[in-house]
Amino acid sequence: MTITEKILCKHTDLEEVHPGMLINAKVDIALGNDITAPIAINEFRKAGGTRVFDRDKVVLVPDHFTPNKDIDSAQQCKVVREFAQEQGLTHYYEVGEAGIEHALLPEQGIVLPGDLVIGADSHTCTYGALGAFATGVGSTDLAAAMLTGEVWFRVPETIKIVLYGRMQKWVSGKDIILYIIGRIGVDGALYKAMEFIGEAVGHLGMADRLTIANMVIEAGAKNGIFIPDAITEAYVRERAKRSYTNFTSDSDALYADMIDIDVSTIEPQVAFPHIPSNVRGISQAGNVKIDQVLIGSCTNGRIEDLRVAAGILRGRKVAPYVRLIIMPATQEIYKMALREGLMEIFIDARGVISPPSCGACLGGHMGVLADGERAVSTTNRNFVGRMGHPGSEVYLASPAVAAASAVLGRVAGPGELPGIGG
Amino acid sequence: MMKFKGKIWKFGDNIDTDAIIPARYLITSDPAFLAAHCMEDVDPEFLKKICPGDIIVAGENFGCGSSREHAPIAIKAAGISCVIAKSFARIFYRNSFNMGLAIFESRELWNIVSDGKEIEVDGEEGSISITDSDFVRFLRIHPIPSFMEELIKDGGLMRHLSKKKE
Repeated sequence: MTITEKILCKHTDLEEVHPGMLINAKVDIALGNDITAPIAINEFRKAGGTRVFDRDKVVLVPDHFTPNKDIDSAQQCKVVREFAQEQGLTHYYEVGEAGIEHALLPEQGIVLPGDLVIGADSHTCTYGALGAFATGVGSTDLAAAMLTGEVWFRVPETIKIVLYGRMQKWVSGKDIILYIIGRIGVDGALYKAMEFIGEAVGHLGMADRLTIANMVIEAGAKNGIFIPDAITEAYVRERAKRSYTNFTSDSDALYADMIDIDVSTIEPQVAFPHIPSNVRGISQAGNVKIDQVLIGSCTNGRIEDLRVAAGILRGRKVAPYVRLIIMPATQEIYKMALREGLMEIFIDARGVISPPSCGACLGGHMGVLADGERAVSTTNRNFVGRMGHPGSEVYLASPAVAAASAVLGRVAGPGELPGIGG
Repeated sequence: MMKFKGKIWKFGDNIDTDAIIPARYLITSDPAFLAAHCMEDVDPEFLKKICPGDIIVAGENFGCGSSREHAPIAIKAAGISCVIAKSFARIFYRNSFNMGLAIFESRELWNIVSDGKEIEVDGEEGSISITDSDFVRFLRIHPIPSFMEELIKDGGLMRHLSKKKE
């Protein structure tokens, strides 16, 4: 079996599972946010639910329209807060201790290798970086899981993605996943698992792996997964407060497809509007003037991302009439960035710091685009109207490309900046 | 209960959940509010031209993107009776079954009908019929797993679970 099949199997009473089987599986963590949990809570109550199946396993993080964007959003957050209080949930994170759910849960050791995680948020797939099975579901699935501790799945087939070669300078996990989405398309892995292996994985830190797993949904995948290794172990060991299991794929596991990627051939990538698969190498970007740059989100708001951006912005200024928004993904990351002096670099460069929030990424608040405006963003989606007006445009890229673009006022790579080597 | 008749409205490939219901409207889960903004960034005239019971016909990967159940809620509350696409994104697919929006897969339908054409869908028989003057054309719907059929018959996942508990 593959690692995905093994984790799913381990959460049922079955001896073996195969792609295509419909199974009921026990969940280790069921996650909701201020947009999706209110519907789930309503469904939970309508079905006669009084207590959640396990108060340690239901996690609620209001992170989308927080700090509350308007009265309606405040009402939604209130529903979530009151439910968490009533149920005595162990893992409820108020705005001052929280952050973006998919950065927060791994950081706090809430999700661990071998876990089966569902979240009423499509980027729940992020946790596959830890060697967990993690997938996005809807609010009704979350309601069912809160009630029964179980969820139904069709066991997915797996695409094996073998990464080899050494990455060029300024190439990151973001560039690798954008390149893959560009190659296989936004439904290239529809209903399937994407398993990332190969010697190049050994050179990817957890931040890069989390970014890669975060965006597998943009290829239609059910989950993305990395087999735990020494890098995973180092990350997890200091955070875990319960036991966990490292799974691996059998040498005779069956795969639906196999894709080999020589990462040494990849240059920094940019996804042009209005679909994440519309990817070009930075050398083919042309002269696209921009109005805003957003560095942050569940995709690229970790300390490693901020360090890369600060390295480029140090001693430089954001181009005139361009807005740079820096959004650390959690309070912990915010504190680290302060301690390391990164925030001062951003402010000196004429950037503004946003509190951790999903707001700007989905056109909610704190960075919404006007008609005709263009943004380079380190987020994960560039659909029509994603960050604001339907007439605005989003260019998805890495923190390095985003920082360089902010300085140059157009979509550009760091190699174009004087004093920085390509 | 699995029979639908209505005019069809066509959309292309990769209609994402931001197109179905833009995130700026996720400040509430009120179905009537969400329905009032259904598809507005793709087709601002959509709500004006549809009648209750009408059918969305789409290309590949319908509903890709976010996990928001607000997307099938908006479609259903707008009065759309069912969605027939070449393929569906997986979270949208399971959300629709879970909350009781009828959806079907057909690879052929998109290529042979145009906007405003009336069709009949029989979910139990697994067929779509298209009438042209005195000529009726039948298409097969891609069959759905029996577990999913149960979900629809029970009226969604939560009712299915309650029924199982009884």
